Amino acid sequence: MTIDGTDWLVILAGLAAIAWVNWYFFVAGRTSAAAAVSVGGGPGTGPQEQTITVDGGYSPAVVTVKAGRPVRLVFDRKDTGSCSEEVVFPDFGIRRFLPAGERTIVEVTPPAAGRYDFTCGMSMLRGALVAED
Amino acid sequence: MSSTTSTTSSAVTPGVTSAGAAPAAAGGTPEAIRIPVTGMTCAACSSRVQRALQQQPGVTDANVNLMMKTATVRFDPGTVTPDRLVEAIKATGYGAELASPDQSAFEEQMARDRAGATEFRELRSKAIVSGVIGVLAMVLSMPLMRQMTSAAGPHTHISDPFMRWVMAVLDPILLAALPWLYAIPPVLVLWLLLLGTLGVMAWAGRHFYTRAWAAFRHHSADMNTLVAVGTGAAFLYSVVATVAPSFFLRRGVQPDVYYEAVVIIIALILTGNAFEARAKKRTASALRALVQLQPKTARVVRRGLDGADVEIDAPIETVEAGERVVVRPGERLPVDGEVLSGESAVDESMLTGESLPVAKKPGDAVIGGTINRTGAFRYRATTLGADSVLARIVKLMRDAQGSRAPIQRLADRISGIFVPVVISIAIATFVVWFVAVESAPAVRAFAAAVAVLIIACPCAMGLAVPTAVLVATGKGAELGVLIKGGEALQRAGDLRTIVLDKTGTVTEGRPTVTDLVVAPGSSRQADDVLRLVASLERLSEHPLADAIVRRARDRGTPLATPEAFESVTGRGAVGVVEGAGVAVGNAALMQDYAVDPAPLAREAGRLAMEGKTPMYVAIDGALAAVVAVADPIKDTSREAIRRFHALGLEVVMLTGDHRRTAEAVARQTGIDRVVAEVLPDGKLAEIERLQAEGKVVAMVGDGINDAPALAKADVGMAIGTGTGVAVEAGDIVLMRGDLRTAAQAVTLSRRTMRTMKQNLFWAFIYNVIGIPVAAGVLYPAFGVLLSPILASAAMAFSSVSVVTNSLRLRGARIA
Repeated sequence: MTIDGTDWLVILAGLAAIAWVNWYFFVAGRTSAAAAVSVGGGPGTGPQEQTITVDGGYSPAVVTVKAGRPVRLVFDRKDTGSCSEEVVFPDFGIRRFLPAGERTIVEVTPPAAGRYDFTCGMSMLRGALVAED
Repeated sequence: MSSTTSTTSSAVTPGVTSAGAAPAAAGGTPEAIRIPVTGMTCAACSSRVQRALQQQPGVTDANVNLMMKTATVRFDPGTVTPDRLVEAIKATGYGAELASPDQSAFEEQMARDRAGATEFRELRSKAIVSGVIGVLAMVLSMPLMRQMTSAAGPHTHISDPFMRWVMAVLDPILLAALPWLYAIPPVLVLWLLLLGTLGVMAWAGRHFYTRAWAAFRHHSADMNTLVAVGTGAAFLYSVVATVAPSFFLRRGVQPDVYYEAVVIIIALILTGNAFEARAKKRTASALRALVQLQPKTARVVRRGLDGADVEIDAPIETVEAGERVVVRPGERLPVDGEVLSGESAVDESMLTGESLPVAKKPGDAVIGGTINRTGAFRYRATTLGADSVLARIVKLMRDAQGSRAPIQRLADRISGIFVPVVISIAIATFVVWFVAVESAPAVRAFAAAVAVLIIACPCAMGLAVPTAVLVATGKGAELGVLIKGGEALQRAGDLRTIVLDKTGTVTEGRPTVTDLVVAPGSSRQADDVLRLVASLERLSEHPLADAIVRRARDRGTPLATPEAFESVTGRGAVGVVEGAGVAVGNAALMQDYAVDPAPLAREAGRLAMEGKTPMYVAIDGALAAVVAVADPIKDTSREAIRRFHALGLEVVMLTGDHRRTAEAVARQTGIDRVVAEVLPDGKLAEIERLQAEGKVVAMVGDGINDAPALAKADVGMAIGTGTGVAVEAGDIVLMRGDLRTAAQAVTLSRRTMRTMKQNLFWAFIYNVIGIPVAAGVLYPAFGVLLSPILASAAMAFSSVSVVTNSLRLRGARIA
C-alpha cells in the first residue's frame, strides 16, 4: 500500500470534514444567539408566553423565564415528521401530541430556578426552559 | 419527583380551565374566553378586532390586548359560540384560533390516531410505489452491469455485494426471458434510471430531505439526516457518472451508478417506517380503549314544555351535575353519579379489572364508561367532563407516558450526539477505504461510507424505553393498576420491601359482626339476641354498634325503637327494648349489672386472641351471648401476601391498632413483621427507617390517611377502598381494593424493566455491531462487506423489532 498525493488529499479533506461536522453540530449550535429568548423579564404576575416554532427543531430552543410563575408555551408545528409529533417535558410529566400545522399550548410553572429540558418523543430534538429567580 | 409533578400539575390546572375553550353550557349565563390573535402590530389593529367582536350579537364585552395578543371576550353562550367569535376575528384579516390547552385527553387521542392513520397510509403507498420502481430499476440495471463488467474485464467490482449476488442469480434468467432489454442503449437506460430515481426521491423520499434540512438549520441531526446524506451522496455520485463519465474514467475509476440502490433504500426505510407507525399505534391500544368507553350521549330526565318530565337523549357535553340520568340494561353509563332508584349489577372491569359485575343500589356510586348489566336504574350525575373518573384516568395515563424512566438517560445522552458521530465515522470509513484499497478505491470506499450512514439507527434507541412504558401502563390499566410513569415502573421493579397499611388495605376497613355465641343454658335464640342488641345500638354512635346494626339490617331483621337508652363511656350501652332490659359491653359493664360473664369468658378470650373485639350481652339481668366484631381480612389478602413472598418481598404491616389485633391479622395472612400502635407520622418514620437500611420500599395505603407515607415511600401505591379511589395519590393506583393487584404491579414492573433492558441492549448492540461491519472491519479477515441495500433493510427493521418486543408485554401473563 502506497500513499500517494490523491490519498493525502482525501485524508486531509476527510479530517477537515469530520472537524466541520463536529463543530457545526456540537459547537456552532450552542453558541447560536438566535436560538435563545428571554420572556417575562419584567415585574408582574401575568403569564409568560412564548411561541416556539417546531420545524425540524425548536426555535427558539432556549426560553428563559421567571421561576415560580406560569409559563405558556405555544408550539407551532410546521413540519410533519413523526419525530417532532410529541413534545415531552420530563420534569413536569407532560407528553403532549402536537398536531401538524396547529398550535398547541403547553402550560407549566417552573417551581424553582433551574433548567427544564424539553425534547421530542424520541429525544432527538431538544430545547430547554431556563427559569431564573 | 412525584411530589414535584403533582404540585406542578395542580398549579397549572386553574390557568388551564380559565383559558380553555369552555364548552358552551346552556343556561344563558355569560362566559368568558380568551382567544389568541395573530398578526396585530399596532393599536389600530387591536381596536379594529375589538370593534368587530363587540359588534357580534351575544357579546357583552370584548377586550383586545395588543401586548398579550389575546382577545378576552365575555359572551352569551346561548347566542354566539366561540367558533363564531374566531370567525369574526378572522373576517378582520387577523389570525385567530381557539386555544385549547384543555384539549381533552379524548380529543388528543383521537387527533393522534387520525394523524397516525394518515401517516401510515401515506408511508404504505409511498413504500409500495417506490418498491415497485426499485424492482424495475434493478431489472433495468442488469444489462448495464453486465455491460460494464464485460467491458472492463473480470477485475471490475460491482461495488454492492447485494447487487453482485442479484446479478449472479438474475442476470442469466433475465437475459433468457427479456433479451430485448439488453438491446436498449446504455445511455438511455442511465437517463431513465436517473429520472426515475429523482422522481422517487422528490415524491416518496421528499420528507427525508426536507426534514433533514430543517434539522440542519437548527444545528441538529436525526435519522432523516442519515438517510438524506446517504442516499443523496449515492445519487449525486451516480449523476456525475451518468452526465460526465469521463470525470471518473480519467481517474481510472469505473463510473458506477447506484440508482437502484437509492430507490430500494428509500423503499425499505419507508416500509420499516410504515410497520413502525402501525406497531406504535398498537402500543397505545389500551389508552384508546379507555377513550372509547366514553359515550357521546346520555339519556337524561328533563322538564318538557308541558312541565312534565321527559327522557331525552342529550349530548354528553350538555349534561349538568345534579341531572337525573336513566340507564337500561346493556347500556354504557354516560357520566359518573350516585344511584337514585333501581338496582342493577354494573360491569366495571374496564376500569378496575374486576371481572365480576358489582351490585349497585340506591346511594352507591357509579362510574361513567362502565356497562350496566341487569336492571334499569336512575342516577344523579355528579362529576363530569375533565373531572370524571374516566377522564382523570385517561389524563393520568397520558401523563405517565410523558414521564421518563431513569434507565433512559444513557440512551438520551447517546441519541443527542449519535448522528454527527455516525457521519464522522462514515467520512473516516471513506478515507480509510480510499487509502487502503488498491483496485477501484473510490467505488468501494463510497459504498462502505453509504452503508455506514444507512445502517446506523438512532430511532431504535429512542423507542426502546418509551414504547415499553406505553405498553406497560396500558397493560396495567387493563389489570386495574394505574402506573404513573416510567420512574414508578422502574422503582417498582427494584422493590425489596412492601409495607401495608392494615385498615382498608389488608382488611376491609369496615368493622363487621363475625361471631355471635349464645350463652350456654340461655333460652334466647341468636336472631332474637341480634334483634334486641341491634335495636338498642341504633341509638349508639360507636363504630362497633354500627357493625351490629348493619348485620341485623343485612339479615332483614325488623328493628324496634328502644324505650330507653344510655351509653356508658368505655363500657358499652344499656337500655330497654320491647320491655326487656338489654346491656351490651365489656366485662366491667356486666359486673356493674351483677351479671357474671364467666360462662362465656373462655369464648371471649378466644375471640380476642383472633384479633376480634368481643362484647357481652345481658338480657333481663342474665348473660345471653357474646358478640364479636372485627375488621375482616379481605378474601384476597392472604393470596396477595403469598405472592409478595413468591416475589421475594419482605412484607411489613403498619397500623395504629392494638398490637394483639394486628398480630392476629399478621398471623392469619403470613405477614413477616408488624409495627402496631403507630401514629400517622410514625408510619412515615418507619418507612424512613426501612429506607435507611438501603431497602427500596413500597407503601400500600388508602391514599387519603396514608398520603404522607405514600409520598415518602419509593413507590406509593394508593389502594381503592369501598368508597372510591384517590387516583391522584401515590405512584401507582390499585383501582379495586384487591391487594393482589399490588403483586401484579410489581410483576408487571419487573417484566417491563426486563423488556426495556432487552430493547436498549438490542438497540445499542445493533449499532455497535452494524456500524463497524458496514464500515468493513470484517473485510480484511473474512471478506464480509455489507451492501447499502442490506444495511437499509437492517435499519428499517431494527426499530420495528424494538417496538414489537415492547408489544409482547401486552400478552404477558401477569399473575
